[in-house]
Amino acid sequence: MIELLKDLLRWLTSGSQWSGTDGIATRLLEHLQYSLLATLVAAAIALPVGLLIGHTGRGAFLAINLSGFGRALPTVGLVTLVFLASGLSMWPVYISLVALAVPVIVTNTYAGMAAVDPEVRDAARGQGMRWYQVLFQVELPLALPLIMTGLRLACVQVVATATIAAYVSFGGLGRYVFDGLAQRDLVQVLGGAVLVAVLAIALDLALAGVQRLLFRNRPPRAHAH
Amino acid sequence: MTVDWGWFPDHQSDLVTLTLDHLSTAVPAVLFGLLIALPLAVIAHRVRALRGLLLGLSNILFTIPSIAIFVLLLPITGLTRTTAITGLTIYTLVVLLRNTVEGLDSVPTKVREASTAMGARPLRTLLTVELPLAFPVIMAGVRVATVMAISLVSVASYIGYGGLGQLFTDGFQRNYPTPVVAGVLLSLLLALVADAVLVTIQWLCTPWLRRRA
Repeated sequence: MIELLKDLLRWLTSGSQWSGTDGIATRLLEHLQYSLLATLVAAAIALPVGLLIGHTGRGAFLAINLSGFGRALPTVGLVTLVFLASGLSMWPVYISLVALAVPVIVTNTYAGMAAVDPEVRDAARGQGMRWYQVLFQVELPLALPLIMTGLRLACVQVVATATIAAYVSFGGLGRYVFDGLAQRDLVQVLGGAVLVAVLAIALDLALAGVQRLLFRNRPPRAHAH
Repeated sequence: MTVDWGWFPDHQSDLVTLTLDHLSTAVPAVLFGLLIALPLAVIAHRVRALRGLLLGLSNILFTIPSIAIFVLLLPITGLTRTTAITGLTIYTLVVLLRNTVEGLDSVPTKVREASTAMGARPLRTLLTVELPLAFPVIMAGVRVATVMAISLVSVASYIGYGGLGQLFTDGFQRNYPTPVVAGVLLSLLLALVADAVLVTIQWLCTPWLRRRA
């Protein structure tokens, strides 16, 4: 066990491992690119849907079932299916990652909107606010903590799952996991896994930082969720 | 991409075997997860100092890719179903632990104090007051964990215990989409049925919530 950790440390810290087209630096950037693009696309789809469902109160049934459906969808199966349908391209990777992230963001956005006190919403309407003013100036700020939780959760899941890019012969940190698996090289697998975990945690912390910036003018009660 | 629907009835017995295989990995994983999460959640709920540590630790485990978890377990548990079950158990922990802690947190302090005032010891309060009241929130976690475990079993096909995931590998290697479609559909169906069963169990176990409604 100690020997394994030593080997891992050597693998992670050797200069030659970090440079070159299949070095850690390149793989890390690829992984970051897949994850960020997928999360952004998912957010661009899911945020409007979640906000609309939350604001109108219509389609709550859809939002809740969508999340269950999304969680139940086996990612490996989806990747394989899109791969067989589209051939060698990045589509299988991005479609699967977006499909993984959208339900998480929709449900959390909807949950955040649903948790807004109806009296607050009525008061805003009573003051003559238009629907978009109620949505963007009242509901959205109040729902933001839960929305951010959804984005963070989606991001962590996408980073952990982006390893599947290597399954359909692309790059990213999954390369080490799959190549190590094929070569029975446990140190390489372990190294890949550690790097994925570190990247996921770093992105989660970064988003937490963004969240704190957004809320710096808020009374501490807003953090309670 | 064409799906050969005639393939389904021809492979009926295989599909049944794989589905049962799938269940015999997912179900124990959730049960073990619950068995580990419950005591840890009670500790996290009562000892504030350990709370952040336990929740943080389970969050970190959640960030490790599932394939990597299975592979990392190989030297310890070998190419067995135990590896698949252990890996999935680790994954269910994050949801189960967080929901159980939240459930216990949601029990009003006054209710707990009333139980203590009536002479109940902490263990009795936990078993007869806190856990029943936290049950709906805990069950929400069990439902998520179960659906997640069922969808993740297929990842274990890399070590040969992927249940319906075996169909993905098969279709991928032969460049033949039909088994992949079968695997995805059956996996979804299984998750749906399992969730319905859990909802029924929850409904049966919480008569007090029904009467109020």
